[in-house]
Amino acid sequence: MASSATATDMAATATSPARNALWRALTGRRGLGKLLLLAMIAAVLVPFAASRWGSGAWPGALTVDLSGPLGQASNWIIDNRDTHPLFLYFFGWISEGVIVAVRAVYLLLLALGWTGVTAAASLLAWRVAGLRVALTALASFAVCGVLGMWVPTMQTLALMAAAVAASVVVGALLGLAAGLSERTYRALRPVLDTMQVLPAFAYLLPVVLIFGIGVPAAVLATVVYAAPPMARLTALGLRDADHGVLEAVTSLGATARQRLLTARLPLARRELLLGFNQTIMMALSMAVIASVIGAGGLGDRVYQALSTVDVGSALAAGIPIVLLAVVMDRTTAAAGTRIGEEPSGPRWSYGWQAWAGVAAVTAAAVAAGRAASSLTWPGSWMVTIAAPVNSAVGWMTSHLYSGVPVIGGTADWAGHFTTWILDPLRSGLTALPWWAVLLIVAALAWLIGTWRTALTAAVSMAVIGVLGVWSISMDTLSQVLAAVAVTLALGFAVAVAAARSRRVEALIRPVLDVLQTMPQFVYLIPVVALFGAGRAPAVAAAVAYALPAVIRITAQGLRQVDPAALEAARSLGASGAQQLRQVQLPLARPALLLAVNQGVVLVLAVVIIGGMVGGGALGYNVVYGLAQGDLATGLVAGAAIVCLGLMLDRVTQPSSDQAGKER
Amino acid sequence: MARVTRRTRMTRTRVLCALAAAVGLLTVTGCGAADMTKQTSPFANAQGAKSVTLSVQSWVGSEANAAVAQYLLEHELGYHVDTVQVDEVPAWDALSQDRVDAILEDWGHPQQEQLYVQNKKTIVSAGGEGVTGHIGWYVPKYFADQHPDVLDWRNLNKYASVLRTPESGSKGQLLDGSPSYVTNDKALVKNLHLDYQPVFAGSEAAQITQIKQFAKEKKPFLTYWYEPQWLFNVVPMVEVKLPPYTAQCAAKPAAEIDCAYPTTPLQKYLNADFEKKGGKAAQFLKNFRWTKDEQNQVSQMIAQDGMSADAAAKKWVEEHPDVWRAWIPK
Repeated sequence: MASSATATDMAATATSPARNALWRALTGRRGLGKLLLLAMIAAVLVPFAASRWGSGAWPGALTVDLSGPLGQASNWIIDNRDTHPLFLYFFGWISEGVIVAVRAVYLLLLALGWTGVTAAASLLAWRVAGLRVALTALASFAVCGVLGMWVPTMQTLALMAAAVAASVVVGALLGLAAGLSERTYRALRPVLDTMQVLPAFAYLLPVVLIFGIGVPAAVLATVVYAAPPMARLTALGLRDADHGVLEAVTSLGATARQRLLTARLPLARRELLLGFNQTIMMALSMAVIASVIGAGGLGDRVYQALSTVDVGSALAAGIPIVLLAVVMDRTTAAAGTRIGEEPSGPRWSYGWQAWAGVAAVTAAAVAAGRAASSLTWPGSWMVTIAAPVNSAVGWMTSHLYSGVPVIGGTADWAGHFTTWILDPLRSGLTALPWWAVLLIVAALAWLIGTWRTALTAAVSMAVIGVLGVWSISMDTLSQVLAAVAVTLALGFAVAVAAARSRRVEALIRPVLDVLQTMPQFVYLIPVVALFGAGRAPAVAAAVAYALPAVIRITAQGLRQVDPAALEAARSLGASGAQQLRQVQLPLARPALLLAVNQGVVLVLAVVIIGGMVGGGALGYNVVYGLAQGDLATGLVAGAAIVCLGLMLDRVTQPSSDQAGKER
Repeated sequence: MARVTRRTRMTRTRVLCALAAAVGLLTVTGCGAADMTKQTSPFANAQGAKSVTLSVQSWVGSEANAAVAQYLLEHELGYHVDTVQVDEVPAWDALSQDRVDAILEDWGHPQQEQLYVQNKKTIVSAGGEGVTGHIGWYVPKYFADQHPDVLDWRNLNKYASVLRTPESGSKGQLLDGSPSYVTNDKALVKNLHLDYQPVFAGSEAAQITQIKQFAKEKKPFLTYWYEPQWLFNVVPMVEVKLPPYTAQCAAKPAAEIDCAYPTTPLQKYLNADFEKKGGKAAQFLKNFRWTKDEQNQVSQMIAQDGMSADAAAKKWVEEHPDVWRAWIPK
């Protein structure tokens, strides 16, 4: 639909229902045309390909075995890491720089002591975002201490500070380049778009290959993951600057640099802050995943708890991460909305006096902490929540796991889900001829986008085949499809309820907030306890992770439907169900498509880390590659994940190309 | 026009200045080499505290070692201890790069030993841990009692249909643990022509959860497992005999192995620099040596009784001063 939607079409559809029908028929025919063209291409190519290479799984003749060269590269790096100039004079210094930076922040945080850090964070939040956020910050840091996680929290904070600073610098520079030069923008945009949809897990391996396990690798992987939103939003902010203002500034004789510094950058402040906010959130969500490659801190505690299915300890380490995320999110978001507002309140509460006050109170807090010689959180103020949580979870699993009358236990559900849904889906996908898969992918992508998206999607699938991981990629794909189906069914149902009733919405909103900031790993632990090991728990974790975003986007889309249209339908005597089916859902179609796209991307990310709970397939290969130091296996699987992510995004994303042209 | 030339000249001067500054900075910082393999963790030795970083592997025995060592280092020798969870092979890499100081339980990695201990000399052996490990395939005792012939690998195919699960499809399930463990199971299944599918639980904890659930319902299962392990006290299991281990078989490439796993005396390893400069901590870790039963006591407190690793270590240390006194360097 959107593929052929020019601005005038949109206007026409909005105004006249008669034209609407006509337009729809036209696009329907256009879709048909695309399919016919594709069928013609297929009719020529498929018999040739099928007779030459057969039509089962991807033909062996078309694969390239990379394990030899990749293994050699990995061995070469290990052998030469301490002698080759490339490592001594380039990577070595990067690594050294990261270590120095993280260490400096860590020592500063330790020197401030718990009193100083808590005071500084709360006061900063108060200055930037107001009293409420300040109180949240105060409470959050106190909770980190009470849970006995003070030192790991400081380690994670130090790591985050270094990673976020680097991401912001890299992202802003890229964004600046893309914002000022049309050519750079066109070159960078597809890259950034793609990076946004890739599972974080795929970033770990190349970094480990060069830097080895440890903090430098963790920080760099985080930077690669967290810099793209900053770059995107910087570029967006610079390009969207008000042309009238720019014209005025130019006519006043400003040079290009003056124009940038005095007009374009200040005008883009809001986008810059939003980018900063996004970067922080992405970096925090990476904190746990990066612990697989030695990030330490809170993430490592969660990771250790995962390997012992210790839900209580995982929760104790997971809560501080969620709290850090909430505080940073609220602070930066409030800073963004406050831009341009006049300061209010008594004179001492803004301007330099306020900052001086912040510094003075922080110094006093540090001094108090030092005087009481209490730098890390006092041990007597700690509460261990692990034991009670674990006994609660133990009770739940022992009563729900099996033998529940009538509905059966969770283990039975998992078994049925595996035998009745996952297995047939997997054997169906594996049994499809390889050229049929390519055709289906191309058709889906073309229907929803342009020939370019179709080509990208089909080529991505072909690369998976060439890499020689066709069948396990089909396994991963079957899990993704099953999880997406469940997510959408549940998500749409809840969203419809939330969109119709204020009370339901108020009830689920805080739940969604918390679920969305939870690190992906935390979902893996309870699902093992409930569903055993295998593909079913991986799917369950993926559903739990993707559900909040799907519910939120769908509910928002449904609620934003023009009230006049609803009113009209009601006055014509449409029932509730009719209103939903014939008015709300069609009008909210863009939001629904977005929800599908987001759902697919999020599900893929978790299905991959499901390799750690028996999900097998590509995720297992990445985990195996990391665990056994067999980077060839891991890198090939990582590349396949990238291709799968690209393909899934392209077949669900309604013509990103069009959106680009409109800009 | 004049203004433009002045501007360009100014820019040029500025660029030159920047270049000079960059060159200066490089010379000051030494323009030297930065050896990545000699960079410690940024969290080590903070604020002058003597600190030791131990690598913990994901199985409970390794956790027990680390917990007791950590408790004694902190309370008897006054060190600060960081533990980092790293899988076995990357742990060797991290140990050689000084990201961690010690591995306390290694199940035998001849390739890494050759590379880092023999060739690069960045890692040194710290002697045996006192425990002997053995990996094998196990079935629960209640199942073996009913069907004694399952204990020979040649009869395994007969039971494949009994051992089927949703996850293994049409074949029998061979339950495997974490991908990081030393395992030849895929090769064994193929080379011994067994009608089984190795299913990786993803982590030892997931595997234990699964075994306990099977045992609760007295269902039969076949699993990759190892000794010493506290779980034997909870779920009694019997080993299935595989073709005997030989040196020739072990020398084959990984994909062609068709014999049982060896019996391995578990080893400790230290970073070479840490061994020289680590003082009492290094000496303590070298002295650390206990028995299978002692390790199991701590493991069971952690895994079965739900105690935190630290609490379990405390309890064990208080009850067995005679064992650990000998480890503390004078």
